[in-house]
Amino acid sequence: MRNIFNYIDRPSPVHRLTGATKFICLLLWSFAAMSTYDTRLLVLLTVLSFVLFYISKIRLRDVSFLLSFMAVFMILNNILIFLFSPQHGVTLYGTCHELFSLGGRYVVTKEQLFYHLNLVLKYFATIPIVLLFVCTTNPSEFAASLNRVGVRYTIAYSVALALRYIPDIQKSYHEISQAQQARGIEMSKKQNLVKRLKSASTILIPLILSSMDRIDVISNAMELRGFGKGKKRTWYMARPFKAADIAAMAVCALLLGASITLNVINGGRFWNPFV
Amino acid sequence: MKRSPVRTIVAIGIGAALFFVLGRFVAIPSPVPNTNICLQYGLLGFMAVLFGPIAGLLIGLIGHFLIDLSWGGGIWWSWVIASGIFGLLMGCISRKIALADGVFGKKGIATFNITQIIAHLICWVGVAPALDIAMYAEPANKVFVQGLVGGIANIITTAIVGTLLCLAYAAAKPKKGSLKEEN
Repeated sequence: MRNIFNYIDRPSPVHRLTGATKFICLLLWSFAAMSTYDTRLLVLLTVLSFVLFYISKIRLRDVSFLLSFMAVFMILNNILIFLFSPQHGVTLYGTCHELFSLGGRYVVTKEQLFYHLNLVLKYFATIPIVLLFVCTTNPSEFAASLNRVGVRYTIAYSVALALRYIPDIQKSYHEISQAQQARGIEMSKKQNLVKRLKSASTILIPLILSSMDRIDVISNAMELRGFGKGKKRTWYMARPFKAADIAAMAVCALLLGASITLNVINGGRFWNPFV
Repeated sequence: MKRSPVRTIVAIGIGAALFFVLGRFVAIPSPVPNTNICLQYGLLGFMAVLFGPIAGLLIGLIGHFLIDLSWGGGIWWSWVIASGIFGLLMGCISRKIALADGVFGKKGIATFNITQIIAHLICWVGVAPALDIAMYAEPANKVFVQGLVGGIANIITTAIVGTLLCLAYAAAKPKKGSLKEEN
């Protein structure tokens, strides 16, 4: 459980990009994929993300657990959308090509299937990129890169602290939980819900009160070292931009530009092949 | 009590780490299959009341962002932002409740719970579905039902876990003016 963020250290061109570049690219890419429902661009993004995934030398089995989790999430989300709004595609695209009926208001239309196709493409266009970011960025470099993109260093330092203390807190949660279970705390399905929440609180209270002490100790140590005095701060993990970094950011910026341009050309977020 | 800015920064970091651990690893099975009860909003309410609106906002944003990142599939920005706003709203009552001085009586419990119910409703029935529709173009009735179910579950857990946390913290703090000079 040490490596919760799944950072995998392998030599590859994607690993060599700086953390700041990857963070900027992640933001640009996810906004590009989020803002458009143009199938053509989504297909392009999907293909590119698969290529990048291949270049990064991350293997499928490294991420198979996360992928299966996301697959379940994606399928559930699609089923929910269909159950709640079987004619959402028709309202979005304005036409209605019925295919077959499942009874009642559940009539399957081409528009609805096309909408679901776009939704699934959106997942395929973004998931590999988020996975890449998670697997190829050293968590300590991530905090430094936040500062690089203009986040105040105090806030970037909060993120660094969070990443640093997650394993510690996880460990003390585990210890407290076992100690309380040894004293007869029941958290399984045999108990009713309110009792279960209360027994969870008997673990949370020691955990959080001890974390409050931790806050005092850390902030005293930081204040003694003069943290927050200067306007700027340097980062051990920060690296200068190279040509590859600038190229990567330019490509991602172009993709976001393309996504926005398509929204203007299509007169909305949807590319409509039915008219 | 005067808050030092460094203390707030550390509180954001540790708070986000706690939020992450509770949200990612601590799962209490609920009666509904495949649905776990999230305890992290009780924690977020408590931390926001103790450390103020900015800490609340950032703990929610960073903690939720890290949870989404650790699942490795798409960051659901609309819900990340809603978590942050919940922390922000809860932080607004930090001046009303003197939790740091160990004061959390009946009035504190009432203020805390009324605010958390309003804040959860604003976030999960207002902000999150509205952003879902604007950003992801999902059907309105689906996202509102999702938000309502999530919001009600969060209200219940915040009412139990958050209130208990505040009570425990206040009991562990020496009361203001509890020491008297002897004649």
